[in-house]
Amino acid sequence: MSGIFSARAWGKVWDYRGTFLLGLFNTARTAIFAILLALILGIIFGLMATSGKKALKIISRVYVEVIQNTPILLQTCFLYYALAFSGHSIGIILTGILALGVYAGAYMAEVVRAGIEAVPKGQFEAAQSQGFTYLERMYYIILPQSIKMILPPMVNQIVNLIKNTSCLYIIGGADLISLTYSFVTGENTGSAYAPAYLISGLLFFVICYPLSRTASAWELALKQREQRIEMIPGQREESEVAADA
Amino acid sequence: MHDLEASLSMLKNEMILLYIGRGILFTLIISVIAVFCSIVIGSVLALVRNYCTKGLAARFFHALAVIYIEVFRNTPLLLWIFICLVFLPCPAAFSRKMFGLTSVETKLLFKAAVALILFTSSVIAEIVRGGLNGIPKGQFEAAHSQGFHIVQTFRYIILPQAYRSILPTLLSQVTSTIKDSSYLANVAVIELMARVKQILSAANQYNGTGSINVSDVFVLFGLAAAIYFIINYTLSCIVRRMQKNMNRKK
Repeated sequence: MSGIFSARAWGKVWDYRGTFLLGLFNTARTAIFAILLALILGIIFGLMATSGKKALKIISRVYVEVIQNTPILLQTCFLYYALAFSGHSIGIILTGILALGVYAGAYMAEVVRAGIEAVPKGQFEAAQSQGFTYLERMYYIILPQSIKMILPPMVNQIVNLIKNTSCLYIIGGADLISLTYSFVTGENTGSAYAPAYLISGLLFFVICYPLSRTASAWELALKQREQRIEMIPGQREESEVAADA
Repeated sequence: MHDLEASLSMLKNEMILLYIGRGILFTLIISVIAVFCSIVIGSVLALVRNYCTKGLAARFFHALAVIYIEVFRNTPLLLWIFICLVFLPCPAAFSRKMFGLTSVETKLLFKAAVALILFTSSVIAEIVRGGLNGIPKGQFEAAHSQGFHIVQTFRYIILPQAYRSILPTLLSQVTSTIKDSSYLANVAVIELMARVKQILSAANQYNGTGSINVSDVFVLFGLAAAIYFIINYTLSCIVRRMQKNMNRKK
């Protein structure tokens, strides 16, 4: 197995630990800035989709459909080569942040839209009738009710975004996967396949697993809460029956 | 404007169109095969994760399924493609010239496709689990009371209901897999994404201007984006219609 038990291969990985840390750092900063961009885009387009204004709705719909139905790899390549061949190259990391942010933003927008649409219409009308402005309405009435719906799928999208940083490889990336690959195929460092892949996979797992675990725990809690709410009227009927008897 | 015309002229080249067309075919075939294999593997994983909880041997397999699903869900596909390229042995049937690919390319195709299947089955396992969890417990009890043994219960009662309820999600997973299959472009020139990139890198020979221009990027990647969009958008429209019908039946 190309040296999973060989001390020499592990030693080599340890000697070049800087490569892995640099990759992790690049992946992390790409992911963090892309998440910020995705959140901003997601909120803007999510609000546009639920604004009730037809033009805004169509813009948001087109953005979501176009981005969600084409691969992230294609979008990254498109952005990178379009900028490179027109002489405005902005660097691999920045290209990655933009491409990943725009890609995840489309998914975030859908999450935000679904969360807002799940809030009953009467809540909007009640808030409006009480004289809340649009921002107040969203902040005080809608957001607290939809945040529980929004958070679990949003965290799942963040996990996907972190995994998708590997798309930087195709434009000559500097992220964890790309640096791992250049480590295992490098002239001086080559052949320590198993330890290198194990380390790189482990780093991803350590970051992503707690996140996706949290998301599914929240999801489960939400589902159980809903079931409890559904059960309440039934229980009341039973107690009423008992009281009647 | 002259550049744009030159770039568009590439699309009149029959060789290029055929080349891209074969790429589309490969993308579709790889994705469909990957999804079908993943449904089989994913269902087994989901059943083991959900119901193998009693007894030592069963718990062992349960733990294996959980580890498999969580590991593949939380690591990038590209890592698994790289791992399969190095560690996966390729059967002799796949190490020769086939489908108009060289023997090296078919080897790469086999290994990368296996990586895609392994990755997708972890996603599908969770989808199937979602379907299984949605089935009321009474169904098991009813089947048991009618004298169905465990295999019959799953074969005739549980799985048909579970699959029917997750059909839209499975179909939208095809969309994701079509998009994921573009990751194969990192290791071999077989499917659509890789072929378009390949043409771009040699665009100066085809567009007649002797250099690669921005308009080539827009025309070629724009074409690829349009193709992906048409395929995936059609699928997602079908999914939406199915979901609407299912909600109406409820």
